[in-house]
Amino acid sequence: MKIQQLSLFAENKPGHIAAPARLLAQEGIDIRSFYLADTQQYGIVRMIVSDWKKAAATLEAHGIVVKATEVLAVEVPDRPGGMADVLGALDGSGINIEYMYAFPFLRSGKAILIFRFADPDAAIAHLQKAGINVLAGDELLK
Amino acid sequence: MISLLETSIADCHPASVLDYTPLPELRALQLLRLQAVVARAWEHVDLFRSRMDERGLVPEDIRSVEEIAKLPFTLKSDLRDTYPFGLFASPMKDVVRLHVSSGTTGKPIVVAYTKEDVDVWTSVMVRCFAGCGLHRGDIIQNAYGYGLFTGGLGAHYGAEALGATVVPTSGGNADRQIMLMKDFGVTAICCTPTYFLHLIARAAELGVDLKELPLRAGVFGAEPWTESMRKHIERMSSIEAFDIYGLSEIIGPGVGCECRRHQGLHIFEDLFYPEIVDPESGEPLPDGSEGELVLTTLSKHAMPMIRYRTRDITRILPGQCRCGRTMRRIDRIGRRSDDMLIIRGVNVFPSQVESALLQIEGTLPNYQIVLTRDQGLDQMEVQVEVTPHMFNDKIGALQGLQARIQGALDHVLGIRVRVSLVEANSLARSEGKAKRVIDRRTS
Repeated sequence: MKIQQLSLFAENKPGHIAAPARLLAQEGIDIRSFYLADTQQYGIVRMIVSDWKKAAATLEAHGIVVKATEVLAVEVPDRPGGMADVLGALDGSGINIEYMYAFPFLRSGKAILIFRFADPDAAIAHLQKAGINVLAGDELLK
Repeated sequence: MISLLETSIADCHPASVLDYTPLPELRALQLLRLQAVVARAWEHVDLFRSRMDERGLVPEDIRSVEEIAKLPFTLKSDLRDTYPFGLFASPMKDVVRLHVSSGTTGKPIVVAYTKEDVDVWTSVMVRCFAGCGLHRGDIIQNAYGYGLFTGGLGAHYGAEALGATVVPTSGGNADRQIMLMKDFGVTAICCTPTYFLHLIARAAELGVDLKELPLRAGVFGAEPWTESMRKHIERMSSIEAFDIYGLSEIIGPGVGCECRRHQGLHIFEDLFYPEIVDPESGEPLPDGSEGELVLTTLSKHAMPMIRYRTRDITRILPGQCRCGRTMRRIDRIGRRSDDMLIIRGVNVFPSQVESALLQIEGTLPNYQIVLTRDQGLDQMEVQVEVTPHMFNDKIGALQGLQARIQGALDHVLGIRVRVSLVEANSLARSEGKAKRVIDRRTS
C-alpha cells in the first residue's frame, strides 16, 4: 500500500530541476508523478518514479541529496466531490495530512491523490474502512 | 619539580627526548640559537639588515632571550614584496626544496629549505606524532595534499621517520580514502578537520562504520577548528582527535601539537621561539594574555624568520603541562587577526559563525559566508549546504531548520544576517579546505 516517494532539494535557480531530470532520463527511469513545493529561496521536488532505488542511487552518485518517504496513493473518481469524499473519510480520525497533491490518471478517467501522513498505517485502515481504494505501488506504475 | 612524568623519557621516541629539555638548558639553547640565527639573517638578508640599521642594532645587541623584543618584525607582506627569493639566507645550491603557499590575495609566497631544515622539519613532525601516542607499527593515512602545499610532504617525512607505515593518499577521492582506511587497517589519519568531517559523512553513506575500524587517532590541522568540533569528531568516529599547528613561513606543519592531555598545543620552542604581542601596538604581552602569536625560527638556514607575525590569535598557557614536557603551550587557534570581518561596524569572526552552526546538528562543516554591499550597507549571508542529515521533504521542517540557524547566528553574532539553504556539494572547496568567506563588497 505504501509507496516510496523521492524528495530532493533544489535551489530556486535556472537549471536546477533540469539536471536531476536529465540524470533520470539517462538511466531510463520514468517519472510517474512530479510535484514542486516552492519557497522564495528553494524548492522541494517530490516524485514517484518507476525504480526508486536506482533513481536514488543515481542522484546520490551525483552529489544530490535525496530522501525516500512513504506516501499513499488514493484513487478517486475524477468528478466534483471526489476529493471531498476521501477527506471526509478522515474526519474525526485525528489523522493529520502532512501534505498532499493530486494528478489526473488519464487512462482510467480517475484522479490520484498522493498523501503524506505522519502515520500511514492508521490512515490506510481508515480509508479502507470507508471503501476507498488505496493503490499499491505497482498499480500506479502500470 | 615535576616528578609525575607519565611517559618515562626512556620509553619515548628518541626525537621526543628534546620535549623534556630542562628549562635552564632550554633557555640557554634558545639564546645560543637566537644569536646565531640573527647573525645569519643580518649577514645574508638585506631587508633584515636594513631594518636593524634603522634601529641602530647589531646582532651583538642580543644578549638575552628577552632582548628578542628589540628585533624588527617580519610580515607576510615582506615575503610577497621580496618574491621569490629575496629573504633567502642560503645560496640556491644549498636549497633542497621550495614550497609555495596558496596566497589568497596577489602573489603567492615561497619558502625554502636546506637539507638541515628538512631534517628539522621531519624531527618536529616525529615529535608531534609521538606526542599523539603514535609509533612504529601504526599505519598512517596522510590525506594532506601533496605538492606545493607543505602539509602533505611534511607529515609524510615525519610519519616515515617515526617508523610508521605511510599511506600517501593525498587529498580528494573520499570513497577511495575510506576503502583504503578499511582494507589496510589504518590506525591514524592526517588531514584538515573539515575533510575528516566529510569522510565521516561519506563513510556513513557507504555503510562503513568508522567506529568499527582500527582507526584510533586523527592529527588535524591547516585550519582553525573548535573544541566542539573535536567532540563531534570523536563521538562520530571513536578516535582521539589532535590539533596540530604550523605555517609554511615558519616550517610547515609541526610548529606545535597537542599531547594526549589535550590541554593546549606544545610549541617546539627549542626550534621556534614563541611570543605574544598586542596585534595593534606590537608590544610584547606576558604569558597568559591573549594576543597575536609571533614566532622566530631558531634553527632555520635557508629562510630564517625573525619575529614573524602569524596573525593567529592565541595565548601562551602559563605553567607546565602534566605530561611533563617543558615546551610551553598555546591555546588552540580560534581566530586570526586578519580574519575579522567588520559588518555594519560590528566585529565578526568566522569562528563565531562556526560555533553557532555547531549547535544545529548536521550543518557543519559545509557553510560559507558571503559579504555584499547593498546601497552602502554591508550585508552578510551565511549559506549552509543541505546535507542528507538535514534534508526533509516537508517545507515546514526546512523552514524550521532555517529559523533555528537564524536564531543561533543572531544570538552569537548580535547582528542580523541572512541565512540561505543551498544544495549539497555546491560550495567552493580547495585542497580540502572549505573557502569560508567570499567578499563581494566593492568599495
